[in-house]
Amino acid sequence: MRLRQGQFSFLPDLTDDDIRVQAQYAIDNGWAVSVEFTDDPHPRNTYWEMWGHPMFDNPDAAAVVYEVNECRKAHGGKYIRVMAFDASHGWESIRMSFIVNRPKEEPGFRLVRQESAGRLVRYTVESYATRDPEGARYA
Amino acid sequence: MLDNNMKVTDAKKRYSAGVLKYAQMGYWEPDYQPKDTDIIALFRITPQDGVDEVEAAAAVAGESSTATWTVVWTDRLTACEKYRAKAYRVDPVPNSPGEFFAYIAYDLDLFEPGSIANLTASIIGNVFGFKPLKALRLEDMRLPVAYVKTFQGPATGIVVERERLNCYGRPLLGATVKPKLGLSGRNYGRVVYEALKGGLDFTKDDENINSQPFMHWRDRFLYCMEAVNRACAATGEVKGTYLNVTAGTMEEMYERAEFAKALGSTIVMIDLVIGYTAIQSMAKWARKNDMILHLHRAGHSTYTRQRTHGVSFRVIAKWMRLAGVDHLHAGTVVGKLEGDPATTKGYYDIFREEYNPMALENGIFFDQDWASLNKMMPVASGGIHAGQMHQLLTYLGEDVVLQFGGGTIGHPHGIEAGATANRVALEAMVFARNAGRDIWNEGEDILRDAARTCTPLKQALDVWKDVTFNYASTDAPDFAPTPEVSA
Repeated sequence: MRLRQGQFSFLPDLTDDDIRVQAQYAIDNGWAVSVEFTDDPHPRNTYWEMWGHPMFDNPDAAAVVYEVNECRKAHGGKYIRVMAFDASHGWESIRMSFIVNRPKEEPGFRLVRQESAGRLVRYTVESYATRDPEGARYA
Repeated sequence: MLDNNMKVTDAKKRYSAGVLKYAQMGYWEPDYQPKDTDIIALFRITPQDGVDEVEAAAAVAGESSTATWTVVWTDRLTACEKYRAKAYRVDPVPNSPGEFFAYIAYDLDLFEPGSIANLTASIIGNVFGFKPLKALRLEDMRLPVAYVKTFQGPATGIVVERERLNCYGRPLLGATVKPKLGLSGRNYGRVVYEALKGGLDFTKDDENINSQPFMHWRDRFLYCMEAVNRACAATGEVKGTYLNVTAGTMEEMYERAEFAKALGSTIVMIDLVIGYTAIQSMAKWARKNDMILHLHRAGHSTYTRQRTHGVSFRVIAKWMRLAGVDHLHAGTVVGKLEGDPATTKGYYDIFREEYNPMALENGIFFDQDWASLNKMMPVASGGIHAGQMHQLLTYLGEDVVLQFGGGTIGHPHGIEAGATANRVALEAMVFARNAGRDIWNEGEDILRDAARTCTPLKQALDVWKDVTFNYASTDAPDFAPTPEVSA
């Protein structure tokens, strides 16, 4: 399967120049861009690991691409995403999020059904990868 | 002889038994300066022939506050000067002979805190059938911060909705399951599964899908949640389906909403026809139960569409933001249902901004401070398809749910293909916009390029390329020419 999270997961994988252009859009809007990675791609895994803090006061998207590539060197077998944080009042949350790196194999998710009273089913979505301990998943 | 349009200040004359003009009774005060805490209503009045517009405005002020048709001495037991609504300004409507804009100010003490039912009972409860008027329309309202703060506001709001869905930086995508009526629960869930797996974020019950012989509500909920969770596992995304909990009684609605919660749904839906109090109750329930609340504006066109009579949708939008829904349909501009671009922009601003400055060209007559009330997500639905993506993104922006019902389910290669076509078109357009391209003019090229690596999009563009809905709008702003919607 292909993990469909983020703004551009239905498009072909982004090139470094694509990443730069999108990151520059965020910077030009006054948003702080950050890089995060994970080996637990569950849709409700909110907190991916931070590859450093959001890059406040950084005017140049080339620095984002540099950090993405540094992160790839250390975590190239995992998911990496770029996010943009907007600190303005009334938002104070994320404005952009897109995946820039994926594991070679994406085994996807298992749907676990726990049959309950009547016809009620309690559903759990479980990543096949997270059966292995953290750090031992994917490549 | 008393002046018809002059307030009678001599107490003896003012309160002697009999009939006075409303203006004479004090409902017309041209020198009145509205207080920051006043609620202001702007009415479009069309007086009967021979009826003076000032007297007509005063009559509306009177009948929507303290007055009745004759003088009553019991006024004198009250602080009646304060409680009288005051018409303070009457302007002719540009290019519309016989129509006038009447501004009326109401003291805050006339209203119960936190009750849309009370607000509307006052403002629209008694005046719309008034004989001296041919027609009456409530065009806009200014709601003071002191009053706004008595309401909960949207249960979730745009920002938290996005956080819960883990979806940022692009419009959300949805589809209403079709056919509207007749599918069994099992077949219905099939449409939900295919559409969500193909790339939509949401599917939606239609307004009249409740609990009919062909599909009982529990069956629908069970099969829909199977579909939602299957699609979630297939894509790794958070998905949802608006389970319509509209029912004949509040008790039944709560029962359905509780079942939706037990099944793990992220969102439930109600129809506008359940009434303002029921909507507020469901908004409180949604806040308490971490549920997104979708409102389908079923029935609104019966009173919002005609330009001279009824209630403008911008007023309904303000009431619903106070009442506390998270999603509300607000027009597409380019689709099959009513809505010119300038007026629709006004609605979207009311939904999404923290502060609305007066913008007559968008039909917004007052500065409105929303006092940090959550933002409402507008929903664009009705006759839209992937080939219009550049227009939709330009007109409606990013914080909107684009709902392609026919435009998903009617795809020649199936529902999943239809959903994928819409998602690819959307992502390609957002990408291009962020990259600085002129999507309004280059939109068709951008879509064609994206279709090179996406066959479903190519098929969608081929099927619907000539479909447009280019009719003159019945409700455009009075202060600017109506721009044409080009295909």
